[in-house]
Amino acid sequence: MNTDKHRSLEGAPFLKEKTPGLAEPTGSEALGQSCERSAKEVEALFAGIPQWQDWRQAAHQIKQYALANLDRLLVEFEQKLTAKGVEVLFAADAEEANRLVIDIAQQHNVRSVVKGKTMVSEEMELNHKLADVGIRALETDLGEYLVQLAGQRPTHIVTPALHLSAEDVGRLFAEKLDEPFTAEHRALTDIARRHLREEYLKADMGMSGVNFGVAETGSIVIIENEGNGGLSTSVPPLHVALMGIEKIIPRIDDLPVFLNLLGRSGTGQKLTTYTHVIHGPAPDRELVLIIIDNGRTNILADPHSRSALGCIRCGACLNHCPVYRRVGGWAYGWVYPGPIGSIITPQMVGFDKAAKLPFASSLCGACSDICPVKIDIPHQLVYLRKRGANEPSSVNSWVERLMWRSWAWAMGGSWRYRLAAMVARLGVRLARFLPWKPWYLGAWTRGRELPEVPGPAFRKTWKDKP
Amino acid sequence: MIRLKQSSPPVWEYPKYEPGEPVALFVPCYVDQFFPDAARATVELLRRQNVPVVFPAEQTCCGQPAFNSGYWDEARRVVHHFCDVFEPYRWIVGPSGSCTAMCRVFFEHVDPDPRIVEIGRRVVELTEFLVEVLGVSDTGASFPHKVTLHNGCHTRRELGVVEPPVALLENVRGLEYCPLPDAEDCCGFGGTFSVKMPGTSLAMGQTKVENVLRSGAEVLVSPDSSCLMHIGGILQRSEAGRRIQVKHIAEILVADE
Repeated sequence: MNTDKHRSLEGAPFLKEKTPGLAEPTGSEALGQSCERSAKEVEALFAGIPQWQDWRQAAHQIKQYALANLDRLLVEFEQKLTAKGVEVLFAADAEEANRLVIDIAQQHNVRSVVKGKTMVSEEMELNHKLADVGIRALETDLGEYLVQLAGQRPTHIVTPALHLSAEDVGRLFAEKLDEPFTAEHRALTDIARRHLREEYLKADMGMSGVNFGVAETGSIVIIENEGNGGLSTSVPPLHVALMGIEKIIPRIDDLPVFLNLLGRSGTGQKLTTYTHVIHGPAPDRELVLIIIDNGRTNILADPHSRSALGCIRCGACLNHCPVYRRVGGWAYGWVYPGPIGSIITPQMVGFDKAAKLPFASSLCGACSDICPVKIDIPHQLVYLRKRGANEPSSVNSWVERLMWRSWAWAMGGSWRYRLAAMVARLGVRLARFLPWKPWYLGAWTRGRELPEVPGPAFRKTWKDKP
Repeated sequence: MIRLKQSSPPVWEYPKYEPGEPVALFVPCYVDQFFPDAARATVELLRRQNVPVVFPAEQTCCGQPAFNSGYWDEARRVVHHFCDVFEPYRWIVGPSGSCTAMCRVFFEHVDPDPRIVEIGRRVVELTEFLVEVLGVSDTGASFPHKVTLHNGCHTRRELGVVEPPVALLENVRGLEYCPLPDAEDCCGFGGTFSVKMPGTSLAMGQTKVENVLRSGAEVLVSPDSSCLMHIGGILQRSEAGRRIQVKHIAEILVADE
């Protein structure tokens, strides 16, 4: 287990020029197998629910409505929360959000923070920023706790430590917590619980993400399985919640369909163990909500891509993706891996850095079949490829443009087509004799034979004998 | 024109085929050049159903390679050529699910001009045409071998064509149908994906090959020669794999063994 690799964003492969991590299967076997198992369980679960497609359609439409009315709903949400004594702050980007969190923490003389799961804080690299000003932030979601202990980044948005086996965890606890080695699941859980429990009591501030923000009632909905979300948000005297602007749903009545879908799609549970609906701060406690854009309005602004903001972060598209299963989460280089990451990351961090991500897909569509909010993932991936090829980006290449121009010219008429075909057939014939295969040819022949070049093309035989 | 009746999974509503109506054969470029037997079998198969077949000689490609690579301007030129060539024909049938999906589903993305969309919506995949349009599930073929089927992802998910190829195979005399384990998983071809992400593409293909071998079949068929080019290329690299014959489904549906 390499504990230092992939520690920071700067170490991420795709943010550099090349994406070796995406081109090659590097994920752990444990990860692929867990995903496959989970995918099969989720499929079996939904197969027994006749109204599943109706739920998906409803969830899709609620999200699309919310996104189309985001300006109004965010204001309504803010007003409802403010009336209940919640401080609501808006942050345009990660930097501003970090500054707000640090300011709040420093005003309250916070030394230590316990965190429930929040992917937004991963975008902000909040733990490092807090450490820089001498504040210790501890992840309390078991998976997040493990990757934090290991000095790694999550490899999955729902199950962050999917790549670690029980043996890996046992070794990690032995090394970092000075515990006797065990690979027994129950014993490992007990160790984590023992170490975490003390931390809730010592912490000056608790943090969490937000799964849904209900505009109508001004409610913050957090779902979780370990009880850590409840403890992080209620034990310390101050709770700071981080929420992406897209988490809004209009009404409390809209919530059940999402609760039905999220647990089932993510972990194959009918309902997650805990559903917290926070209507405001408890007496003598403070609650601050920071609502963060950080590139989301780029997606909102593009009508072809907007529906991707409806993502409820269930992780089903990751589990079902044959590419993700093989390359693992780190290969995608940023916070959100898998098919949904390949859509939102380039738009959030910029095509100059991440335009290659939409190419990390065979466009098989397993993701869109399972997506609980019906995001047309493969169609969006192709659309984003187009944007990458046409805008200043890491994939915009005049060589490739020239290649496709020539191809389009050749495919523009029968004799040009025949000329191109002659070249292609000759090329494939001769390629067999090349001692060394350049470029794409080499990529093909690494583990595959080239097709045999058969006798005359169909059109030739048709001409002779229709 | 074919209309989408329901999405996820897609269900289509087809116009009625009048007996004697000619069908324009759409032979995708790579089939024309590298798998001409699949195209010839398609002609034979349609003729046995008394369907007159014409082959518009000016046809080239559907534009999918450039479209999937993000070069939509280039793809559009080829799509326009396709539509110019096929415009006179009410029925367009092709032995490839992937290219059919390009026409029926993705022409609209490249160019929302109603004329282009309408022509794209006339294209039908071969097994879909036989079963859903003609209502034929027995082609009278005989092929006494163990056969497994790989259905391409575009055929399965964009077109929703899942049952037709199975129904057709099950009615072939002597054929023992061996279901492919994890049949719905992608084989990893994905067009330019196969050379842009070769390591991952190969890893996916190798899993598919293991499943083909596990199925116990002697012959692997598919309504998509493109997947077969990739899977077949991997099969060629192993002793056990070289014993598996790889054929387009049309070749089995006209077999007389």
